[in-house]
Amino acid sequence: MSQVTEQSPSLLGPSGGTGSRALGLVRSGLGIFVRQREATVFVVMIGLLLYFGIAYNSGFVSQVNAVDLLSENAAPIAIIAIGEVLLLICGEIDLSVGFTFTLAPFVMLYLNIYYHVPALLAIICGLLTGLVAGWVNGFITVTLRVPSFITTIGTGFIMGSMALVFSHAEPQEIPAATVNYGKWIGADSWAQIIWAVALVAIFHIVLTRTRWGLHTIAVGGNALGAREAGINSGMIKYGNFMITGVMGALVGIQTAFYNNTIDPLAGGYQPMFYGVIAAVIGGTAMLGGSGTILGAFFGAIALSTLTDGFDVAGISANPLGIIFGIAIIVAMVVNVQLARLREAGRSV
Amino acid sequence: MSLDQPAPPAGQDDSTGREFTSALEDDDVLRAEHVSKRFGAVTALVDVNLHLRKGEILGLIGDNGAGKSTLLKILCGFQRPDAGRLIVNGEEVQLRSVDHARALGVDAVYQDLALINQLSVYHNMFLKREKVHWPLLANRGMRRAARNYLDEMGVNIPSVDAQVASLSGGQRQAIAIARTVYSEAKILLLDEPLAAMGVKEAAIIMELVRDLKRRREVSMIIIAHNYGQVLEVCDRVNLLQHGEITLDKQSKDTSVQELNDIVVEEYRRALEQRQRAAS
Repeated sequence: MSQVTEQSPSLLGPSGGTGSRALGLVRSGLGIFVRQREATVFVVMIGLLLYFGIAYNSGFVSQVNAVDLLSENAAPIAIIAIGEVLLLICGEIDLSVGFTFTLAPFVMLYLNIYYHVPALLAIICGLLTGLVAGWVNGFITVTLRVPSFITTIGTGFIMGSMALVFSHAEPQEIPAATVNYGKWIGADSWAQIIWAVALVAIFHIVLTRTRWGLHTIAVGGNALGAREAGINSGMIKYGNFMITGVMGALVGIQTAFYNNTIDPLAGGYQPMFYGVIAAVIGGTAMLGGSGTILGAFFGAIALSTLTDGFDVAGISANPLGIIFGIAIIVAMVVNVQLARLREAGRSV
Repeated sequence: MSLDQPAPPAGQDDSTGREFTSALEDDDVLRAEHVSKRFGAVTALVDVNLHLRKGEILGLIGDNGAGKSTLLKILCGFQRPDAGRLIVNGEEVQLRSVDHARALGVDAVYQDLALINQLSVYHNMFLKREKVHWPLLANRGMRRAARNYLDEMGVNIPSVDAQVASLSGGQRQAIAIARTVYSEAKILLLDEPLAAMGVKEAAIIMELVRDLKRRREVSMIIIAHNYGQVLEVCDRVNLLQHGEITLDKQSKDTSVQELNDIVVEEYRRALEQRQRAAS
């Protein structure tokens, strides 16, 4: 964002009359699209919100629906997308994060109920499940050199099945002792979206303004170069797998509190795919080296607006996939073409 | 090894010839002794002995596959030798990592430059040595320092905010060199800094190298293919053939013709051997 404010004055150029000033504004507006990867998805998000807001006024613009859209739908996608953006940038992916989501609340439940671990500690251990899952993904991918696409399919199966075994495939009740904390974590209507906004803000800064972010981009942009510069690329990847794991665990625990039940069929591939899609339509490169967490956040809201909007409009869920698919592809076409413009602008 | 020791009696000179030579070259900032390296079945370096004097520019030449880059990567801590000793500023060291070598003042500019296309010029210049107001990057400070430094070195870059992907080959090379020099490296290892470079760009880089030598007392090892350029800019030349150093001469004592003849001769001999083996 800071880039825009710095660069726009020069784009406005010598502002003579009002005519040239207006032209300058239009040009700087277009310039933002070409330079800021978040801009496209931001406009798409606003467009969708306006469309559903105007077309289905009473149903869409309500507090109940805002909670549905933001806390229930967008927040989990956005939080998972944070991890996926970091991983995609450094050249990896985590397909197992949706199963960390499934497993983490069960770890919390069992520690509290059967091992009498105090509630807060049990919740923290639930989150640590994600840390461990991320470490294992890192170990298999970085140390044993298995492509993360395969690694995380494997660990995903394992964690999904573990949740089924633990629960005997039956939904379980939230342990009573944890309910007090649950309110802050996810049970309260606005809790999830507040967490999501806070985490997006923090990790946006981590990615754009810290050494960790810079090194993550370096590892994904030029793996050999980063190593030659002395960056420990293995450590960066381990770290980002672990961040992603914790994000998945957090979303799993939040969802359990929000729904007031721990469901062994919650999570799975869908939240992971939505997270990856939010990341990619938000402007993160599948091949590494660049990406934006802010864009992924807008992407998550855009995706949820579509699902939620259809719900409000009362349109059958059957054609939703068609619209969804088209929306994703159109968003990507726009992104790819803008990226080409960016490249062209650079070489001039 | 110190000069304070009484000179050895004349009779012992021959038996300790090696010791005697190294004492004479006490101004060596970097020395590799009996270094060897294998990659599986491939022997990259066999018993390499090389030394670099303070303020000297040493040209390292040799055919493709002779082991030049491997030797350089060992000297800068990127790879470890299988055997042999490295001596930096008079002390034997086991380089653990690139960072370790850097801490000792040894830094390399790799053939691929190790630049990150997606990052700006100033982030590349400070990669792994970022200025930080913990926990945030001190971008403003890095930007200003990069600008000043590149100006001082006479490197012409439109903006330090530009992504390095947008720069020409010569500009990229200049930034990679500036980055290592900026880190206060006193021993600089350059892997083919003039490869794939136009005449004008090559001239700029060579001027930069001369300037560094003049003003900053940086010692350098330069790998290059163009013997003319090597003799022009280097004080001394080492020729590496099949993982061994087979020639070590001052630039003024050799010529492009001689170097060419040696390499061509080697090629001819290898060809003859192969033909003989075939018949």
